[in-house]
Amino acid sequence: MKQKTDVKQGTLALMVLRTLDVLGPLHGYGVARRIEQISGDLLALNQGTLYPVLLKLEHEGAIASEWGTSENNRRARFYRLTSEGRKVLQAERREWDQTAAIMGRFFDVKSEDLV
Amino acid sequence: MRPLRRYLVRAVNFAARRRNDERLREEMQAHLAMQTDENLRAGMTPVEARRQAVLKFGAVGAVSEGYQAEQGLPLLEELLGDSRFALRTLRKSPGFAATAILTIALGIGATTAIFSVVDATLLHPLPYPQPRELVKLVDDLPGIGGRDVGLSVPEWRDLQGSGIFRYVSLIGGGSVNLTGSSQPERIQFLNVTPNYFALIGVKPELGNGFNPQDQTPGFTLEALISDGLWKRAFGADPHILGKNLRLDNDLYHVIGVMPAGFHDPGWTTAQRNTEIWLASGFAGPPAPPPVRSPRLPLEAIARLQPGLSIDAAQSRMDALVSSLQKQYPDDYPAKARWTVRLVPLKESVVGNVREPLTLLLAAVGVVLLIGCANVANLLLARASARAREIAIRQAMGAARARLIRQLLSESMILSFLGAMAGIAILLGTRRLILRMIPESLPRLNDISMNWSVLLFALAITIASGIIFGLAPAWQARQVNLVHVLRREGRGLLGSAEKSRARRIFVVTEFALSLVLTIAAVLLLRSFWDLYKVRLGFNSRHVMSVRTWLPIPNDPQADPYRTPSQEALLLHEVLRRVRTLPGVKDVAIGDMAALPLDHGRNDLNPFPLIREGLEAPVNQAPVVDAAIVSPEYFHLLDISLLRGRIFDNRDIETTQSVAVINEAMARTYWPNEDAVGRRINLNPAKPKWTTLIGIVADAHTESLAETSVPQIYLCAYQRRPKDLAIFLRGELDTAAIPEQVREQVQSVDSQLPVFGARTLDDVLTDSLSGRRFSMEILAGFALTALLLAGLGIYGVISFVVGQRTHEIGIRLALGAQRVSILKTVLQEGMGLALAGAAVGVAAALIASRWIAGQLYGVRPTDPLAFLAVPALLIVVALLACYLPARRAMRVNPLTALRHE
Repeated sequence: MKQKTDVKQGTLALMVLRTLDVLGPLHGYGVARRIEQISGDLLALNQGTLYPVLLKLEHEGAIASEWGTSENNRRARFYRLTSEGRKVLQAERREWDQTAAIMGRFFDVKSEDLV
Repeated sequence: MRPLRRYLVRAVNFAARRRNDERLREEMQAHLAMQTDENLRAGMTPVEARRQAVLKFGAVGAVSEGYQAEQGLPLLEELLGDSRFALRTLRKSPGFAATAILTIALGIGATTAIFSVVDATLLHPLPYPQPRELVKLVDDLPGIGGRDVGLSVPEWRDLQGSGIFRYVSLIGGGSVNLTGSSQPERIQFLNVTPNYFALIGVKPELGNGFNPQDQTPGFTLEALISDGLWKRAFGADPHILGKNLRLDNDLYHVIGVMPAGFHDPGWTTAQRNTEIWLASGFAGPPAPPPVRSPRLPLEAIARLQPGLSIDAAQSRMDALVSSLQKQYPDDYPAKARWTVRLVPLKESVVGNVREPLTLLLAAVGVVLLIGCANVANLLLARASARAREIAIRQAMGAARARLIRQLLSESMILSFLGAMAGIAILLGTRRLILRMIPESLPRLNDISMNWSVLLFALAITIASGIIFGLAPAWQARQVNLVHVLRREGRGLLGSAEKSRARRIFVVTEFALSLVLTIAAVLLLRSFWDLYKVRLGFNSRHVMSVRTWLPIPNDPQADPYRTPSQEALLLHEVLRRVRTLPGVKDVAIGDMAALPLDHGRNDLNPFPLIREGLEAPVNQAPVVDAAIVSPEYFHLLDISLLRGRIFDNRDIETTQSVAVINEAMARTYWPNEDAVGRRINLNPAKPKWTTLIGIVADAHTESLAETSVPQIYLCAYQRRPKDLAIFLRGELDTAAIPEQVREQVQSVDSQLPVFGARTLDDVLTDSLSGRRFSMEILAGFALTALLLAGLGIYGVISFVVGQRTHEIGIRLALGAQRVSILKTVLQEGMGLALAGAAVGVAAALIASRWIAGQLYGVRPTDPLAFLAVPALLIVVALLACYLPARRAMRVNPLTALRHE
């Protein structure tokens, strides 16, 4: 069985934002399933922990929510990205890219490169 | 931005008590249903599908806790819950709550009160623009013992042109007769260079200030008046500008009114109450022609160039002084070692109260600490009574951190309730407290309950809450659940450690209160010694009433130009006053002759040139002279030791004579007879004054300083202007001022008559500053003693309560009741002795710190260091006796059955 990684602090919110950015409005269960799916089932995610994160993002104004009906006719709360959230996502993404690029250089460096 | 928005939403939710747990419940239901559906589709049995969905969701409790926390502000909620709980428990034990709150109210109220005085005087900058740039210039001549000798006009010009200062101002002044209104009034005035207000940076409320560039050598005849004088003497006349004032018979015109609430920085109470400012260049009449020496007896303040530090300015000043000394070697002899010090203006104003005020703040801080120790003790006692409750809570899963937080919030609540009570009492008694502060305290008008004072109160409230809350919280940290619960509330509740903590508190309290009491006793002894000091003059049944002859700028306007002209007035005034009811003796003198009631400005410093000894004037020692009429010595009982005193034949046309005191004779004519020697007091005129007598030393300058050299000149040979009329007899103190006024004004209706006081009052007042700090410190010491007594009583009662069972067994086995009493007393005495030992050691260190304020006692005064610990031990004995007696009377049967 593959080793599952814990979700790193703070990254879950970003995953939620990106999922909503790609797939449009989703209910909580949908978000949870998609995150599992995208991460290739490598994340050990307690699905419930998503809900406090969703509420926090909503308080910050990055997402908005309203009641709707799911594909199986169940009443569910749908979350969508706001324009504020999109800006946040872009900013965060730039930061991650930068960090990843810098770290990448450190991992790739060989002693002969530094002469 | 985003976190801010998030907290805003949460704060709104919290405030509105809005919670939406329903939403989460619904979402969770939907979530689980969808997951179950999917699991079913994957082929699981319905039961398994549901089970797997729930497993995947995770712990519902943790999720909804996180969700709820995100909805509101959990820390705040918890705090509010704890506070409510704490208030409830406090209400259930009102005795404990009242004691604790009162103790804290006392500590915090008193500390805040003292701090508000410290804040206004020491911490706040002076209320003028850029106050850091303001300095006082102090000219010293350490080589010949001259301190703050004043400045000459050429020196002032050198300083102005030095580039170190933006402005330099000379300040003189005193009081002056304001005539023209209903009653001639004596008014405090300052005589300043025209740049004075440009220097301070304050503009008049009405009209213009002086022109800083004004080059008039003498008085400009322009006057600025205070808001108070404008309202009092001129009925707030809006057309006051340009109107005339008559001051000492000279005509001035008002050019402006200063803003309400403006006070001159000033070094004395009188200067701070200045009501008229006059501008003068100090270089023309009535000032002497501008020469480098002798200097004028003036003060000087300056504003530094912006950005120049005081140290940099001082080193440039030193360079200037040494180059001037080279340039004018005759005026600045090397022997005098002339220096100019730059002292921050604020320091020069409040410097002499810094030490007593800091002492009071430290003392009140100690009282607060003792109060905290007492409350901590009370809390510990309660904690042992509540040990079971706390153990049960812990057993039921309360986190330790949570319990400690709850105990701390209880002590915080106590602290805040105490602080609120303390500040309420303070605000209620504000006027009373302000009246207790002696008038001589600088910046008295600035004392207020402002934000920094309230902030300070808040800080000490939190600090004390933590100090006395830590002990019980620390104990709760290590409760052994099994032990506490198994004991089921019987027998010994307090662990050994708990009672050790309480003992440490009591020892600390004792030590602290011992330090305070010893300090108070030392101050008290100093005060007593000053009070009992051999005055050298008799102040009983003596009153002084002041008047002042005008000194007009135009000599022709002066009716008392010559000593002979003035002698006529003096004789007539004395003759008339002697007829007043009850009066036995009368005399007249100048302000310098008025014992203990004159400022530096009132003295007449003379360079003392002894015939055949001093040649150059500027190397002569400086002595203070008083001008008196012949009756002065008899009236004040100052006894003649050798030679003779003045009589009515010593007049302008006869030989100039002087009487000196013993200290003067000893200092300047050691081992020889001073009577018959000649001195010159006015270097401009080669006129010799013969010493005709030596009188005993009298403490007329200061109570603390012994034997100040003093020279007395004859009133009929000089022209004293600042007069004090002395009366002795069975006087009607209420009627005298008016009676003297009538008599004086019947001689000259233009003379103001004011300042009637008994010498005994003057004496009391001269001690008021010391009395203030002594009384407050004594009050603090008594409070500390009381608190320490209560502390030891509490601990011993507690110990006795704990050991009731044991004592019962001992008694049942035949122990003597007296030996039980002895055991308990021994326990208390052990604590008291330990506290006394620590306290004596601490007091030995601390008393050195107050040495500067002591008079006549050494900081290690054996009486204080023996009597105070003894007193403390007596207090401890009394405090232990009650619980010890209770222990002795324990009924063995009851004690055992209690088990």
